[in-house]
Amino acid sequence: MPEFLLDGRSVPFEPGQTVMEAAIAAGIYIPHLCWHPAFEPHGSCKLCTVDIDGRPASACTRPAEAGMQVTSGSEALRRLRLRLTQMLFVEGNHFCPSCEKSGDCELQAMGYYLGMTDNHYPHFYPRRELDASHPDILLDRDRCIFCELCVRASRKEGKSVFALAGRGPQTRLVINSPSGRLGDSELDAGDEAAGICPVGAIVRRNTAYRVPIGQRRYDLAGIDEESLARERPLLGRADGPTED
Amino acid sequence: MDRPKIRIATTSLAGCFGCHMSFLDIDERLLELTRMADFDRSPLTDIKQLGRCDIGIIEGGVCNAENVEVLRQFRERCTHLVAIGACAINGGIPALRNRYPLEACLEEAYLRGEGLHQPAIPDDPELPPLLEKVLPVHEVVQVDYTIPGCPPSADAIWSVLCALLAGREPELPRPLIHYD
Ligand code: SF4
Ligand code: SF4
Ligand code: FES
Repeated sequence: MPEFLLDGRSVPFEPGQTVMEAAIAAGIYIPHLCWHPAFEPHGSCKLCTVDIDGRPASACTRPAEAGMQVTSGSEALRRLRLRLTQMLFVEGNHFCPSCEKSGDCELQAMGYYLGMTDNHYPHFYPRRELDASHPDILLDRDRCIFCELCVRASRKEGKSVFALAGRGPQTRLVINSPSGRLGDSELDAGDEAAGICPVGAIVRRNTAYRVPIGQRRYDLAGIDEESLARERPLLGRADGPTED
Repeated sequence: MDRPKIRIATTSLAGCFGCHMSFLDIDERLLELTRMADFDRSPLTDIKQLGRCDIGIIEGGVCNAENVEVLRQFRERCTHLVAIGACAINGGIPALRNRYPLEACLEEAYLRGEGLHQPAIPDDPELPPLLEKVLPVHEVVQVDYTIPGCPPSADAIWSVLCALLAGREPELPRPLIHYD
């Protein structure tokens, strides 16, 4: 198999794989929020920014090439990812103490992983619409990070319930239904699109506090370990040793 | 051998005193702390005038004119300013009002709310005027260190205090970083 170098380690890849896919399959974590192994990459969050042969690139969209020199674990990239994460926090309304996703949230866990202790930037405090019209699913747009995972999942399920509309600060998640409300859409609680949101924007109702705060996913493990354990098997190399 | 004692001041702005309760939760370590430090202005001492301090600890965001004044004074008189807790860092629960105009919040609470006896918006001159939006501390003054959490754990607070008392740069270990 051809190989590239990631932080000094050789990573084999199958032609056509992206840098992200090859790294995760090899058991090496590269931070990501909008990438998911089951879907086409979206390339929007830029958390996966790495240095490839001296230039910044998104690991989730960049096809792997033999002999590439990739840096992901540098202090400069940690700082860049920290600032990106802080931007995501101030662009929305993220009040973790009152969010049912707290402890299971990938954005929050990314903050923990990067050592984030404040939000650095001035807050936007945008005004976004809450949609509580669905009996089984809540849509709290305050917490949406526009990763389009729900859009991709729902499209794959043949329902296309979600889409992003607008640009820049006006970007918002819209619903494909006659009234524009979730309750009138085809979304069911069992749909993958109802469970894929990495943050607390789309949550299944009546499930929020089954696991108490303090005992949740990212209370117990870092997003790096957790992500590898969950996503590596989906790339077909479940429990091979970490490539070295 | 006697080093001059470190002076610490603390205040709660638009917060719930939960961070102060968590601070007290350092338990017997408080005794150790009082050997190294004296408390200046703080709800714990009930001293009202702020003197020169080494460390100022701010709980809560900034919701009214008095908060602004107190915060600016802390910045001026404290060498290190530490913002603790979700409210100080991003406005927290009080900032949930930021999406509504201030007037609408006052009307909802004092004119249209359930079970009001004599509906009227309070206007006593003693009451500090409210800001249009609740602001995190760093949007009003420069902040040196932050301890997130709602509230931050006693261990998180202790870890930062110990570093500052020892003249080290505080760095919260990953398990002590929590936003909830
Ligand atoms: S979605 Fe995540 S980051 Fe946002 S408030 Fe909820 S737990 Fe916090
Ligand atoms: S609702 Fe969730 S899954 Fe959908 S775009 Fe927003 S953050 Fe992503
Ligand atoms: S994971 Fe690559 S841009 Fe989001």
